[in-house]
Amino acid sequence: MSRRPTRPVADPARHALWVRTTHWIGAAAFLALVVSGTGILLALPRLFWGETGANDAPAWIVLPLPVNLDQTGWGRNLHLLAAWVFVLNGAVYLAAATLGGHLYRRLLPDGDQLGPRHLFRDLRAHLRLGSVSDGAEANRYNALQKLAYCAVLLVLAPTMLLSGLTMSPGVTTAFPELFWLFGGRQSARTIHFLAATLLVLFLAVHLWQVLANRPLALMRGMTIGRTASRGTDTP
Amino acid sequence: MSNLSRRQLILGSSALGATGLLGGCEALPGGPRFDGLYAASDALTFAVQRFLLRHQRLVREFPPEAISAVFPTINTTDPDDAEYKRLKAGGFAEWRLPVSGLVARPQSFSLADLRAMPARTQVTLHSCEQGWSAIAGWTGVPLAHLLNTVGLQREARFIVIRSVDGWWDSYDLFDALHPQTILAYGMNGADLPVAHGAPLRLRVERQLGYKSLKYLTAIEAVARLDGLGHGRGGMISDLGLPWYAGI
Ligand code: HEM
Repeated sequence: MSRRPTRPVADPARHALWVRTTHWIGAAAFLALVVSGTGILLALPRLFWGETGANDAPAWIVLPLPVNLDQTGWGRNLHLLAAWVFVLNGAVYLAAATLGGHLYRRLLPDGDQLGPRHLFRDLRAHLRLGSVSDGAEANRYNALQKLAYCAVLLVLAPTMLLSGLTMSPGVTTAFPELFWLFGGRQSARTIHFLAATLLVLFLAVHLWQVLANRPLALMRGMTIGRTASRGTDTP
Repeated sequence: MSNLSRRQLILGSSALGATGLLGGCEALPGGPRFDGLYAASDALTFAVQRFLLRHQRLVREFPPEAISAVFPTINTTDPDDAEYKRLKAGGFAEWRLPVSGLVARPQSFSLADLRAMPARTQVTLHSCEQGWSAIAGWTGVPLAHLLNTVGLQREARFIVIRSVDGWWDSYDLFDALHPQTILAYGMNGADLPVAHGAPLRLRVERQLGYKSLKYLTAIEAVARLDGLGHGRGGMISDLGLPWYAGI
């Protein structure tokens, strides 16, 4: 996979204003979606395959959560507001990242990063809970980090959106193909839940990685867009 | 569909484009007030879905084998109302549905009158806001047919529907005149059971279950919704859920 020469960027922890803005709007919307989504889930904490499912129908998974019908109202309202913010913000981010070359330069793994030896070394460094972005690697995201970002941006986020829309009786009237794509309304609901779980796992690893790798510099880079002089901020 | 109703259908849907999302007040002229924290997202959802549904496509219909063994019943399942109990004891023979407001020929219909009208049977997926879904077959008269029978006046823009438990909601003509919006007196080949809204319930297939009112008592055509209740177009919207429930 030598599709292009590796072009290291100056300091990957320094982020353009549009990246920082969309990142924090997206993060806030994501937290609102998780909280409100949990509220909605409590009305039916069971998952099904196919078109139909209800509290007294046989389920594929019965989640260990109490049934609570009083969280549906605020839950749905906040969920749909946050979903609009997340989707519009995400569309701006993806359009800018694709058109401006950010996706290609910083998010897609470089050819050399995908070799088995390289991947193995990244994995070992992660599993030691240590910092991966030291030495020569500090000028770009590491391979696993890039793969995680691409999975979130190009696979999980679109899956969340489409499976969410498959639960909408209005949208599916216009696009009945969505039922075919996910195998029915309840299947879409199950996939929506599973993809959300993967996103929450991503967030846990994401936060752990920030804390394990120069947290002050990374947070400074993602908020004010600058890092202090390199070398002095390594914990 | 008559020319009158088709014209109103077009008026009802294009009016949206004129007001758009401005002001966060009315997404439709004379329509329900969208207010509070969620006015913007509710109005955006409404506008986008109206655009996506502008060709008035039908929702999926299933073969009878797909009908669910269990169809949950929620909220009121046997109205605790003296008049309702009396009508139920008499097999709803004395039940009447008044249709009034901006109509040329206000009148009230018995169950037998409705059964004598052209019927539609549709096996559809019911999507509840609580997350469950179930498939059932519904038989009834299209609301569009009933409204043509009484003759909508040209100012009529919304249909207000009332239920025996005090619940009420409203629909613009875009949804009221859709061919799958029916007044159902039959379910899965039998009479509509009491738990599912006997003698007559509404089916609004492109929205969540809470828009498909049970135990209908009255239908009224109006030009504006602002004078009714708190101006939000229905009881559910006063309780905080959106008037338009396409998602
Ligand atoms: C709320 C807590 C969060 C914190 C503290 C946080 C922090 C950060 C930091 C410091 C970076 C820069 C990493 C570096 O320069 O090496 C970053 C990048 C990133 N984060 Fe987060 N994040 C959070 C939530 C999220 C969520 C919820 C998502 C996705 C749903 C997300 C997706 C991303 C992506 C895709 C990047 C790469 C951005 C790019 O370079 O274009 N983050 N995050």
